[in-house]
Amino acid sequence: MDKITINSINLFYDDFQALKNINLCLPAQNITAFIGPSGCGKSTLLKSINRMNELIPDCKIEGEILLDNKNVYTEYDVNILRKKVGMVFQKPNLFPMSIYDNIAYGPRTHGVTKKADLEEIVVTSLQRAAVWEESRDRLNKNALGLSGGQQQRLCIARTLAVNPEVLLMDEPTSALDPVSTAKIEDLLIELKKQYTIVIVTHNMQQAMRISDNTAFFLLGEVIEYNTTDKLFSIPQDKRTEDYITGRFG
Amino acid sequence: MRNKFEQELSELHEHLIYMGELCEIAICKATAILLKNESCKAKTVYDVESEIDAIEKEIENLCLRLLLQQQPVAKDLREVSAALKIITDMERIGDQAADIAEIITNDTAYNHFELSKIGAMSKCVMAMVSDCVTAYVKHDLALTQAIIKKDEHVDALFEEVKQELILFINKNIAEQGKLAIDLIMVAKYLERIGDHAANIAEWVEFALTGNHKSYSMKE
Repeated sequence: MDKITINSINLFYDDFQALKNINLCLPAQNITAFIGPSGCGKSTLLKSINRMNELIPDCKIEGEILLDNKNVYTEYDVNILRKKVGMVFQKPNLFPMSIYDNIAYGPRTHGVTKKADLEEIVVTSLQRAAVWEESRDRLNKNALGLSGGQQQRLCIARTLAVNPEVLLMDEPTSALDPVSTAKIEDLLIELKKQYTIVIVTHNMQQAMRISDNTAFFLLGEVIEYNTTDKLFSIPQDKRTEDYITGRFG
Repeated sequence: MRNKFEQELSELHEHLIYMGELCEIAICKATAILLKNESCKAKTVYDVESEIDAIEKEIENLCLRLLLQQQPVAKDLREVSAALKIITDMERIGDQAADIAEIITNDTAYNHFELSKIGAMSKCVMAMVSDCVTAYVKHDLALTQAIIKKDEHVDALFEEVKQELILFINKNIAEQGKLAIDLIMVAKYLERIGDHAANIAEWVEFALTGNHKSYSMKE
């Protein structure tokens, strides 16, 4: 079943068209990878799914993006939408506060006030994000004292704390060492049992390792969208083949 | 783009061409011992076989290095993985050519048996090996199909040699037992070389299309 349906999306930054007639169906409880050279529109599309493009001046979007068959631009309150569709960025962006408060921040803004409830959410979120063992003894310490890899998993925990259905990830491991990267990849494979995950990555091997489907973007268009196995084994379009084999960038 | 990778892929192609040529030479020299009575030249077949083994190791190392350093995908991955499979079959061809050289001894008058069909088998398998290399280098899919088809011809020739040897044994059992056993083994080795060449053709097809009879990336 498709969790997200993208129909005829055209997106403009002022006069510049960043996305051209994008049509994609992203299955539930799957990891979909967006790949392509820098500036090809993959992050722009990712941000359009939870309406973060609206934060950019002169950004205009045409077409529709459906989440559970409801238009994210016209049928969702943006706060509800972003609760359902969480996002993790390239660099960990924790608040300069304790680990506990970072995780509890989202639930508090959505009205959870009871200490016991918050504690349960914090523990569960840290466990789901596979960072509980490393943080359980320092919940009241500043989150920025953790390593980069731990901070990124904490960001994922913070996203999970508001009980989302979709996780958007924009190059979540590009700033991490191989061990932290492997932990995040294992985590994503575990998380996809419950969540629909969309990941932008420049790491072809990462896309191959963890994603079920892959879309290749070029100059604002989706050139090819297929199962990851097929796209990386027998790409149908020469431009896809040239890109993934490193013959143009 | 990826100049070093392109250079190493070219190097891989050149090594494979060379290994294929060595296989042809090994078959040619081994069967010449039988057909042209050049028994003193068995050692030259063993030398070629050693060279085949050495180039196999070199290609294997190159492929493993390419996989590790370049992490190839799509057709690049197919070419490297097909090369790893192809060299195993080529190495076996070298072994079987050496086995033929070992079987033929100068104390047996093999010309008491009509050797033309064994000669035809030898010619056919040499052409198959040569075509395999051509198909790989020139990306010639039609040629791979022709090689696989040729293997049926080699199998048919083997059956004919077998029947002829059965008749021969019936007539000459007392004095020609060794000759008959030697020749059936030579014919069988040539038939197996044909099978290896057909295997190589199948891996060339895989490198070109992603299709292999026992495994498909399209599934």
